[in-house]
Amino acid sequence: MTNERLSGSQLLLKALADQGVDVVFGYPGGVVLPLYDELFKQNRIRHVLVRHEQGAVHAAEGYARSTGKVGVVLVTSGPGATNTVTGLTDALMDSIPIVCLTGQVPTSLIGNDAFQEADITGITRACTKHNYLVKDINRLARTIHEAFYVARSGRPGPVLVDLPKDILTGEGSYVGPELVTHKSYHPVVKGETSSIAKAVEMMAEAKRPLLYCGGGVINSGPAASEALTQFLHMTGFPITLTLMGLGAVPASDGQYLGMVGMHGTYEANLAMHGCDLMIAIGSRFDDRVTGRTNAFSPHSTKIHVDIDPSNINKNVMVDLPIVGDVANVLGEMISLWRARTKRPDRKRLEPWWKQIEEWRGRKCLNYPPSDKLIKPQYAIQRLYELTRNRDTYITTEVGQHQMWAAQHYKFESPKRWMTSGGLGTMGYGLPAAIGVQVAHPESLVVDIAGDSSIMMNIQEVATAVQYHLPVKVFITNNKYMGMVRQWQELLYGGRYSQSHNESQPDFVKLAEAFGAVGLRCDKPDELDATIERMIAANAPVLCEVIVDPSENCFPMIPAGAAHNEMLLGPFKDGIAKSASENDGMVLI
Amino acid sequence: MVKIVEEIRYHTICVLVDNEAGVLARVIGLFSGRGYNIDSLTVAEVDPNEKLSLITVVTSGTPMIIEQIKAQLGRLVPVHKVSDLTVEGPHVERELALVKVAATGEKRGESMLTANIFRARVVDSTSESFVFEIVGSSEKLDAFIRAMTPLGLVDVSRTGVVAIARGAKPL
Repeated sequence: MTNERLSGSQLLLKALADQGVDVVFGYPGGVVLPLYDELFKQNRIRHVLVRHEQGAVHAAEGYARSTGKVGVVLVTSGPGATNTVTGLTDALMDSIPIVCLTGQVPTSLIGNDAFQEADITGITRACTKHNYLVKDINRLARTIHEAFYVARSGRPGPVLVDLPKDILTGEGSYVGPELVTHKSYHPVVKGETSSIAKAVEMMAEAKRPLLYCGGGVINSGPAASEALTQFLHMTGFPITLTLMGLGAVPASDGQYLGMVGMHGTYEANLAMHGCDLMIAIGSRFDDRVTGRTNAFSPHSTKIHVDIDPSNINKNVMVDLPIVGDVANVLGEMISLWRARTKRPDRKRLEPWWKQIEEWRGRKCLNYPPSDKLIKPQYAIQRLYELTRNRDTYITTEVGQHQMWAAQHYKFESPKRWMTSGGLGTMGYGLPAAIGVQVAHPESLVVDIAGDSSIMMNIQEVATAVQYHLPVKVFITNNKYMGMVRQWQELLYGGRYSQSHNESQPDFVKLAEAFGAVGLRCDKPDELDATIERMIAANAPVLCEVIVDPSENCFPMIPAGAAHNEMLLGPFKDGIAKSASENDGMVLI
Repeated sequence: MVKIVEEIRYHTICVLVDNEAGVLARVIGLFSGRGYNIDSLTVAEVDPNEKLSLITVVTSGTPMIIEQIKAQLGRLVPVHKVSDLTVEGPHVERELALVKVAATGEKRGESMLTANIFRARVVDSTSESFVFEIVGSSEKLDAFIRAMTPLGLVDVSRTGVVAIARGAKPL
């Protein structure tokens, strides 16, 4: 501890700098003016001014997910703070490390219904991993260091620190991060060796094994992805990834079956249903993955590796839980597998792979081509083909376009795919893309969007223009809330209640009004040229692609159905009941 | 898959937490937010030097739910330790109640007799009322309150269960 006395604002900025923060996403207001004044006087930490505080949190999420670092948000009290709630919940659900700094009215006024007062620690208790209200300036630096530690340790998540104005203006002394240890929060990183050894034995015996991996692999860092790919090749097992896990192993890998879950591939979901050993790594048996849990993978023994003990046996009972960090556990699995004297016979997997190849032969992602209308799947396939050899990051909004992106855009490495999985937040993609672009100024960053979602945070185009962030917004426009319309078509008798956007802005003019570039395309044979122009533009672009408005996203496991009750394509007579469990087959 | 019908059981869980602002709200919010039951909850500081509080919560659920409750409590940042006394071995549970009874004549005498049988103490007395203090298991307190109901029961104030493991081993 130094004896130097600093103002609260100076203490805060020093703490951020010592945590390695180079950028904060924020929006000023009354009670945080002392801090903004201090920001003005320095060059070490960059501030990116968003146009709505929700955008600040999503931008910080994009920054965090594409770098592996903690994203930082700075907003004022009251409405500034309450506007972060959706973003914080999003980060909590998807395990993204965020530190959100909110201003607060002076401590003497707390509880008095003061101007722009909100009980933000009360409001965000359920949507943060942890939160703090700083009441003693001599605990300020310590609290900031603790907040970063909590945000990035164990299962990462958002942490909020509420800063009353008198704390920012008062004087106190600084403590460096090296002197701060946490009293109670010490997540288990190393998996139980005996359990890992047991898991390896089970895997060596399995005849129909399947790796089912998720965002935990991405969060664990690049070493986890490398270890997973290595383990995949050592074992010869098939693997499926969740929406959050895309890129954990290369999509081009022959052992990869595609995404699992509600809009996952036929082969991945039937492999989940038919496997005899499921090895879940950094995935949490979300309801969008499992479908109806009492019909979920009925014949398998299940191993579950997760850093969060509360994920074990939450939705699905497992046979062998291993609590620990994915990279750590996988490292130990690899050495134990290697150390086995008796090599597992790969021949035992042949019938299983033969079955999987049969399922693959169904080519479930095929769709009827059109030379008149642009099929949304085609638009994403072309975007993929024209950007795959570049240094590309993809974000999405939420809905049909998101699922088509997950199905048709192939990710070869982790941290390239940023989407709102758990919360399903429309309006996530554009601010997230801004955060990614801030972290990777030379890369190509594309937000795959829908016409409804993009309107939810459209104001952030101004942020992109202000900071010359050349994010590309690829809007697939079907004039509907596509996923809502799809459910209404399939489940509500085609009664399209409030899902049609009768009025829409002219996106080209809108882009130009913001000072961005606007492009539009409605013919399949003009699509490639439009995408090329979008990529070539050294400016933010709104690229509107008019797509077939009636297209639905398949395969689809309807909510409450089982993996072998998948819908593979359009049909007229409502949802037929499943074929028998034996052939694991399906409907049209 | 066979549907497993799991029995709902009561568990007494001790949670050692940092005595900091909002910690009780965090624990209660977890129960209400995730739809768990709280049958009783007590909290007080137990270590002023380390600023630690002990929360004793009686909850009910299937084994899967109880396991979730403990895991969810364990991942709250200010939580040091979660201990399920119901499964971890023999333990002592006690609850205290203050019971106000207003009566005169025969009923007044009978309430005093009943209190003696239950080993309840008189902590306040007027010509037409008593306040009894009773300590014991929740079942004993329930029985005492039932016995007092026809004798002029006015008010009951209960602490909720506190519990501790038997033997020398610390929490």
